[in-house]
This record gives sequence, structure tokens and C-alpha cells, in this order.
Amino acid sequence: MSTIVVRVKQKQIAQLIAKGKRLDGRGLTDYREIKVEQGIIEKAEGSARVLLGKTEVMVGVKIETGEPFPDTPNEGVLTVNAELVPLASPTFEPGPPDENSIELARVVDRGIRESKAIELDKLCITPGKKVFVIFVDIYVLNHDGNLIDASSLAAMAALLNTKMFNYEIEEGEIKIKPGCTSLPVRRHPVSVTFAKINDRLVVDPWLEEEQVMDARLTITTDDDGNICAVQKGGSGYFTPKQVFEAVQVAKEKAAEIRKKLGW
Amino acid sequence: MSQKTEKLIDKKGLRLDGRKPDELRPIKIEVGVLSNADGSAYIEQGKNKILAAVYGPKELHPKHMALPDRMVLRCRYHMAPFSVQERKSPAPSRREIELSKVIREAIEPAIFVEYYPRTAIDVFVEVLQADGSTRCTSITAASLALADAGVPMRDLVVACSAGKVEDTIVLDLMDAEDKVGSADVPVAYMPNLGVITLLQMDGILTPEEFEKAVNLAIEGCKKIYALQKEALKAKYVSVKEVEE
Amino acid sequence: MPTFFERRQIATPGDLLADGDYIAGENTYKEGSKIYAARIGLVEYEDKKVSVVALRAFYIPRVGDTVIGTVVEVGFSGWTVDINAPYLAILRASDVLNRPFKPQRNDLTEVLDVGDLVVAKIVSYDRTHNPQLSVNEPGLGKITRGQIVKITPTKIPRVIGKKGSMISMIKQETGCHIILGHNGIILITGKSLENEELAMMAIHKIEEESHTTGLTDRILQLIRKEKEKREVVENESKN
Repeated sequence: MSTIVVRVKQKQIAQLIAKGKRLDGRGLTDYREIKVEQGIIEKAEGSARVLLGKTEVMVGVKIETGEPFPDTPNEGVLTVNAELVPLASPTFEPGPPDENSIELARVVDRGIRESKAIELDKLCITPGKKVFVIFVDIYVLNHDGNLIDASSLAAMAALLNTKMFNYEIEEGEIKIKPGCTSLPVRRHPVSVTFAKINDRLVVDPWLEEEQVMDARLTITTDDDGNICAVQKGGSGYFTPKQVFEAVQVAKEKAAEIRKKLGW
Repeated sequence: MSQKTEKLIDKKGLRLDGRKPDELRPIKIEVGVLSNADGSAYIEQGKNKILAAVYGPKELHPKHMALPDRMVLRCRYHMAPFSVQERKSPAPSRREIELSKVIREAIEPAIFVEYYPRTAIDVFVEVLQADGSTRCTSITAASLALADAGVPMRDLVVACSAGKVEDTIVLDLMDAEDKVGSADVPVAYMPNLGVITLLQMDGILTPEEFEKAVNLAIEGCKKIYALQKEALKAKYVSVKEVEE
Repeated sequence: MPTFFERRQIATPGDLLADGDYIAGENTYKEGSKIYAARIGLVEYEDKKVSVVALRAFYIPRVGDTVIGTVVEVGFSGWTVDINAPYLAILRASDVLNRPFKPQRNDLTEVLDVGDLVVAKIVSYDRTHNPQLSVNEPGLGKITRGQIVKITPTKIPRVIGKKGSMISMIKQETGCHIILGHNGIILITGKSLENEELAMMAIHKIEEESHTTGLTDRILQLIRKEKEKREVVENESKN
């Protein structure tokens, strides 16, 4: 996904950041504007569209029944998949998921799974045999940087929007009853991604910053400010001090976002 | 992560294999083990048995993948079908594709990629037996294979995991601890430059516990680094001692 | 301004070699005032210059080097040659044929075909262009007989020895003609296979023990001992 960046721009971004400023006028720890829309796809059990600046991600949640994992026979199954749709960027190519989309899905998955955001134990139908499978499909529609945070937000917004039909179990078979209830979601993991540019960290990098960054660091925290997922990316490095400082910023930023979205 | 298994830490504070919380598993490293590869290394860390091989730098095919100003580093992390309890399909899983990426990004900061434009280096990692923290063990081996291939490097990259098992922060998780423990923090480090090149976490940790785990993993890295250097030199020093 | 290693001590990548007003030589790099090793090798301090004599390295082309390579492709106007480097080398047809060449009329495979070995000189090379070869000098061109030995390119100077002492000794003792490619490939041509084998054995031994001292004498003894052994075997078989 490497693209050639104009040298002057590279220099410009780095010089501004050294002064604590950014090309789009934000401060180093400012997010772009976040817009969340829920329930936009009627045929999905849950859905959401998130705009993070110009980055646009849609997530649809579908629920099916299936077999549980052998080591968790009493729990439902969570499956996260991400598609970098070719219409979203000239650097996205059609074809099977590449390492970038797989990493994106797995980082989002880790945040939801490890924070135990969904009460998977409430999604068991017949222990060891039949459980609900929650498919979270991330669809990147416009790539303007920081796909991880936009996708994490969209996934959580879609899960919070997800409705399950009411049901009864009769002789191991599901019988649908009228009405629906919300998917049992109890935690709200929020990921905060940093880009290291010129040895400084900036929050929520947009595309031009991502193109010149040395390395990337994502820290996902839960409602209590505990860390539930971390992922370093890119071919550069961080000092331990930078990592620990990022943890503090991530905690504060996640709390701000949760408050703003009413989570 | 199910919680109903045997105790992972006994009353004396020792782990399943008798280790103290801050103790590494036994490590054995050998450099230059494959004759066809330009560089190679074999490592055993506990029951982990991992081979790493490096081919290149060489011309990149297809040519349009080559970069005009730097070398392309490619990495494949792969687990043998017999490396785990239940046979693993040899087709690359999503986990392996992600690990191939993060391992590549962990070793790339060490390489002077700008020295050899238009070329590529291939790093192949085969996990022959897996027993937890294989991505770390793989990085330790891969960076030795690169040094053995004569690739100019800023430092050796060394990696080690830390995590939380029954309220204790422990070093170098083995499989049982990884599966049942409440958090896993793999860290790759360049000791002479004091920088982190891989950092991941899953599980739940407070910021304080996380910091403790990262620092413990770095201490583990420093110990493995000494073994890494010894193994690299051993290939040449042994000859010297015999002759003089 | 301290240094942290002794001369000829083995360093590994990342080892801090010196701190202060030093110059980073081969296989080292500088960060601030600190000089670190970039390859495994033996540390050298020369005045202000700190360098590492690499024990492992691959060949990087330099203009003027003599190399031995294998033809891997016959193209429209020349050959592609594998010279044991990260880059393939180009040998132009006009250079070999020494006259204007017409693709319609000349079949290049008759001159050099895939799999042929050539001794050549590097006439141009930079970061953006692959190395270009020439065979337009006496002693260069297609190789028709002899034995090929491949060693780590950094050890070629050791095979040459101080002022060529090692290589002339081997030539003298084995009666072989030896061409050393800077790219680590060596061509040995002798009167008999036995002689060629002697020279090959000596070169392999040098590669293994390149970082040790008193090597020339040891190699000399080795060749002589081996020759005696062979004479004994020969005499016994005659009797």
C-alpha cells in the first residue's frame, strides 16, 4: 500500500508536528469529527456508519446459528471480518483479504473479545452443540486514515444497534416468538491510534500523516480504563516511555469519546 | 478463555514447569543450520522449536513490486501441521497472516533497507512445535538468520512475552499460561537502542499492570539478547579455539 | 573518547564500538557520537576510523572488480549474468562481439549460452542501474574448463594474503592457475584434477579459518602433508 509522498509535504507535516501543530489545524491529541449513524441497513440485525473526518466505515451485523468452539461450549461465537473495498481508495485492490484487512479485523476483534463487550455466555442454545454466531462485517467505504479507530467505533455502534428475535427452545429446536431484544452488550471498548512522526506521537492520523509516519500504535481500553488490546504497526519503533505516555492519552481520549457518544 | 483448570501458580509461587514468575524457559540457539539459505537459525525455547531462514538480498520478482529507493522485506510465519495438539491445516490462517506482518514490522526497523534499492529479502519462519509465545521466539530466530546472512543491521532484534496469570505478572508465557491466563503482552526490542519494535496485547490489564508487564518483557529480552549474541559468535569462535 | 572493544575481537550487530570523535568505517554506523557494529565481524581501530571486518557479507558490485558469473538469460542484445550479488549483471552483445551486431543475423546463444561461465570486469554500476560487465581485456571471457569454488566474498582478501603471499603460495605448491572473483567465486585450472582438488581444499580451509592468525604457514603445511599422503598412496598402488 505504499504510495509516493511529495517530499515537500513530508517535510511540512514533520515541521508542523515539531511545533505541536498539524496540517489540518488539529492539536496533536485531537480527534477529527466523529459522526455515528445506526440502523441504516434494514436487512442486517444491526448496522452503523461512522465518519471519522472523511474516513467512512460501515458495519453490518448478522446473526446465525452454528457450533461453538470446543474450548467454549457454552458461549456464542464472535466473528469479525474486514473488507477494504476497492472503491474506498486507489491503493485497495479486489481479491481475497490481504494482510492489512486481516490485521484490521483482528485488532477490532481483539478489543471486543478481550473486553468481553458481548455477553457470549447468553448466546448459547444447546451447550456444545448450537450457539448464536455473531458476524461483524466491516466495510471500509472511504480511506482517509485511521481505519482501526473508525472500524472499532462502527463495530461497537453496530453491535449496540443489534436486535435479536425472541425465541424459545423446543426439543433443541429454536422457535421464534414475536418481538425482539437487544444483543447483550455490556462493555464499550474504544481504540485510540497514534502515529509516530518525527519522534512525536499524534492521535487519529489522517491519510497524509499515515503516509509519512514511522510507526503506528493502537491502544484499546474498556469502560474502567483498563487496557484490553494493543497493536504496534509499521516499520518503525517506539521507546518504552512513548508507549506508557500513549497509554495515558488513550485512556483519556477513549473516555471522552464514550462520553460524547453516550456509551 | 475458560477459567476452570488446574492452578497455574502453586503456593510457593512457582509455575506449572517449576519456573519463578520472572524466569525464562530454557533456551537453546544455533546459527547457520541450513546450507541452502543465505542465513539461518534454529531456536528452542521451552517446547517451542522454530527454524528461521533468510534468502537475499536478491532481485525482486515480479519486478513492479520492487521499490526504487529501498529494499523490500518479506516475511512468512508458518506453523507445521504437526506443531500443535490438533493437526493444523497447512494453508495460512488469518492468525499466521497477521503474525507474518507484525513479525516483519518488528525486524524491519533493524535493517538498513535503504542500502540496497530494488532488492528483496525473504524471511521464512517455520514453527515445528508450538508452546506459547511463538511470535517472540520467531523474531529472536529471524533476526539471527538475518545477521547470519550478512545483512547490515542496527541491532539484533530480540523478543519475549510477559503476561498475567492468576494476578501475577509473569515472564515468557507457555501455551497453558497463554490460554488460561488473563493477558499476554509480546514485546520485541532492540537492546542497544532501547526501542520497542513489536508490541501487542490481548486480555485485560490495568495501565499499571501493563507497564509492569512491558518492563518485565524487556528484562527478558535483555537476557535472551546475551544468548543470541553468544550463539552468533559461537559459529566462528569454536573454530578459533580449536586452532589456537 | 572511549572505545569498547579490542582489536580483532568479534562484535555482533548493535555492539557499541566507540563513543566520541570517531569515523564510522565499513560495516559500522553512527548515531550521534556513538559508533555501532552493523555486521558480525572483527573490530578494527585505525586512527579515528572504526570498522568491522565482516565474517558474513554478500557481494556488492564495485566498478573495476573482476567477477565470475553464470549466464542465466540470453536476451535480444546481450546476456544477463548472475554474479552472486543482489543485482543481476548485464553483458552487452556489442562488447563481446567487438563489432556492430545485428539481432537478425547473430545468434547470441552461439557465443554464450545459458549456463556458461564468464570471467568479466564491472564497468559501471550505481544505485539505480544494474552492474554492466565487459570481457574486453586479456584473461576475460568464457570459461571452458576448471573447478569453481564459492566462498564468502569478504574472505577473498584472505585468500590473496598479504601482498598476495597466500595465493602465490597456493599457485606454486599446486601448480594451478587461479582466478579470484571479487564476488567470492574462484576458478581453479590445473594440469590434473588432483592438483585442482589440492587448491580447492586449501581455499575451503582458508574460508573456515579466515579470522585466525598464522594461516599461510598452516595452509602450506596442509598442502604439503596432503601431497605426501597422496604420493604414499600412489607408491603403494604401484608396488
